[in-house]
Amino acid sequence: MNHFPEAWGRPRNDVYGVYDASHLQSSMPNQHTQSPIVTGTSVVALKFNGGVVIAADNLASYGSLARFTDIERLKQVGTHTIVGAGGDISDMQYLHEKLLDPLIIKEEYQNDGHHLRASHIYRYLSKVLYHRRSKFNPLWNTLLVAGWDDGKPFLASADLLGTTFSAPALSTGYGAQLAVPLLRRICPDEAAVENITREQAVAAVEECMKVLFYRDARSLSKYSLAIITREDVESAEGETKERVNIEWKKDIELQNQSWKFAEGIRGYGAQVV
Amino acid sequence: MPSSTSIGTGYDLSNSVFSPDGRNFQVEYATKAVENGGTAIGIRCKDGVVLAVEKLIGSKLLVPGSNKRIASVDNHIGIACSGLIPDARHFTSRARTEASNWRKLYRSPIPISSMADAMGGYAQLYTLYSSVRPFGVTAIIGGMDEAGGPGLWMVEPSGVGWGYFGAATGRGRQAAKAELEKLPLPNITVEEAVKQAARIIYFAHDDNSKDKDFELEMTWVRLEKGSAEGLGEGVSAKGWGKHEEVPKELVAEAERLAKESMEGGGDEEMEE
Repeated sequence: MNHFPEAWGRPRNDVYGVYDASHLQSSMPNQHTQSPIVTGTSVVALKFNGGVVIAADNLASYGSLARFTDIERLKQVGTHTIVGAGGDISDMQYLHEKLLDPLIIKEEYQNDGHHLRASHIYRYLSKVLYHRRSKFNPLWNTLLVAGWDDGKPFLASADLLGTTFSAPALSTGYGAQLAVPLLRRICPDEAAVENITREQAVAAVEECMKVLFYRDARSLSKYSLAIITREDVESAEGETKERVNIEWKKDIELQNQSWKFAEGIRGYGAQVV
Repeated sequence: MPSSTSIGTGYDLSNSVFSPDGRNFQVEYATKAVENGGTAIGIRCKDGVVLAVEKLIGSKLLVPGSNKRIASVDNHIGIACSGLIPDARHFTSRARTEASNWRKLYRSPIPISSMADAMGGYAQLYTLYSSVRPFGVTAIIGGMDEAGGPGLWMVEPSGVGWGYFGAATGRGRQAAKAELEKLPLPNITVEEAVKQAARIIYFAHDDNSKDKDFELEMTWVRLEKGSAEGLGEGVSAKGWGKHEEVPKELVAEAERLAKESMEGGGDEEMEE
């Protein structure tokens, strides 16, 4: 024994060598999600006169492996809203199953005829995302919230940093590079929405899904599309009330694909020259 | 009910004490509390469930439509209560917890029979200890699930709970039961049941608390409109429905028919 109490009861270094404490604690800080694992790619959405159309393919990739081909990345939340998610699929499932589903159930307890509208869902989600990034433990998603709010179509995005953004034409992921410029051709600003018909909007989004399948290696030719519109319903008291109508198209297969353009691509792939 | 001889013998002062002839008087007193509450009924149909309550109005100053007696639990279940209102509030709040826990555990909505089981067990706990009193509430639990289709259960203060085609409790239960028995349950649609439920509540009110004001409160759980078409006798729709208030215009129409049948003397309207 010596006069260093901290050494008492420990193996003596001069006899056994310095104790290797590396297994006892890590010098690394607490680790949170630093990268997504199973991921979904773009979500594309566009406003039109009287509604919003939103689409996302059914693929969940594991790295570059096309792991799951039947994943629904658009989900209805309450009566007025569709949330489309790109990024980590398990974080998306957490958002829906642990946060949004119970939220909607609790909200409906009141039975007072009021429902959470798209802007309310959007505000809630963006707060959750910002809160999580502030804990350095982000939910690794980019979300598009599409729906109906206060008599107008609603479309906005929120990402894993808590950044919020709204525009009449939006996309997440690779689509933000490829689809948004295409959509902006017919919808450069909010004022242009008035002149876009539902058919034009759906066709534009379908075209974007095709372009994305051509150029995005993490995409699939099978996708879902939802169209949110409003109809006026006459109530018993004679007043007109708005009812939000959500029309789903699932398992859509891309039509009329043409891969001719691929022959002109140089710089990677199988060609020798 | 305890006979006048058994009151004051001391066996009615506590739960957890049987009387020598094997009764728990506290439970019987709780049942008595329910018998003074507004009538509540439930009707099981082939495409859903209808719940209706005669909400007695204590004051003209109360806002119409306030103080609801039928509560939503999860998306697909409604609970109509008769008896002590605060007890009913606590009871439904517990039911919500049960439903939420079930979802966390099984990732699916709770079946109606399991909800009735859980709530029966909960009510029974309040008959066992001297530190608590039984619920002064009889609850009619109605909903739809994927396993059994429409489900209708009634849980009493003793904790006993049975499944029903038509259930009634509260002050007008005798009259209501007699009327329910005349219906071809469960082979009617929700639309038909709405009219019958309104008529039965009006009938039971006329029979028991004519001098008091009341509001008719009605909810249903069912699949989307028209789901009853194509369903044969004894076949019921399966799937998760949504518990919600019956639309105002349907309630108004059902009330109009109910009042008409009261003036006409009752039974002629029965068949329609």
